[in-house]
Amino acid sequence: MDAKREGEPTATKNRTTAERKSERELVVTRTFNAPARIVFEAWTKAELFERWWVPKSFGLTLLSCEMDVRTGGTYRLVFTHPASPEPMAFFGRYDEVTPPSRLVWTNDEGGEDGAVTTVTFEERDGGTRVVMHDLYPSKDALDAAIASGSTSGVGETFEQLDGLLDSLPESVSR
Amino acid sequence: MVQYQEARFDASFAALSDVTRRGVLQQLGRADASISDLAETFHMTLTGMKKHVRVLEQAGLVVTEKVGRVRTCTLGRSRLEAEAAWIERYRRLWELRFDELDTVVEELKRKETVDGRKKRR
Repeated sequence: MDAKREGEPTATKNRTTAERKSERELVVTRTFNAPARIVFEAWTKAELFERWWVPKSFGLTLLSCEMDVRTGGTYRLVFTHPASPEPMAFFGRYDEVTPPSRLVWTNDEGGEDGAVTTVTFEERDGGTRVVMHDLYPSKDALDAAIASGSTSGVGETFEQLDGLLDSLPESVSR
Repeated sequence: MVQYQEARFDASFAALSDVTRRGVLQQLGRADASISDLAETFHMTLTGMKKHVRVLEQAGLVVTEKVGRVRTCTLGRSRLEAEAAWIERYRRLWELRFDELDTVVEELKRKETVDGRKKRR
């Protein structure tokens, strides 16, 4: 695809942070140079969501992406990867959908150990700070996810990403 | 969150606070050893050495594996270190996603600007 910049200044890449905030919580943050309603739209419209949730470099093919984005609605993503014999499904329910500031969904493919994901979109200084918060039901559940290398939305393929991530240059952050 | 990290550093430091346990780590740095080897080297009872090894194991500093009746101890990659490495990979994974999201967001922004201009005309 040809991404034309139309004379806009090249946006400085914002920093992505990730940390284990407590025994049961993982938090990822990033700021986007756009109003919250636009960022929220990219998280809640399937045709936009599927463009970024699975970057080409992951080597994953998205077979289907169904999202009924409203409180109580469900979602289901099905992927294939050359190294995985069976397609992988990720699914759950939207517990809260509050445009353009908050999304909460469950990760039911993990069974009882699945995390609940809360994403908040907070406008500040003309941009939007996105905070993605995964709350696991127990310390053991998060420890196990870390030990097995699986995480919500990535699953078994995480191991296979190692090579890719190792081959990338360190990110240039401000 | 700082407290959470500190609690876990405490576990590692507590494991390292004992002279015998530090000696065990040095010994394992040279070669793997069974618990009975270690007990003999440090002139201790088997039970006493098992307790030390358990503390080191819980801090992620030592890994043990039982083959037959012998439990062999190996230097472990510290759990904190392993976790920090995992979180860094997780961060880079999200960075890749968010870079793509940036592209989508920029596109939406441009589209909105263009549509806005059309409406004003």
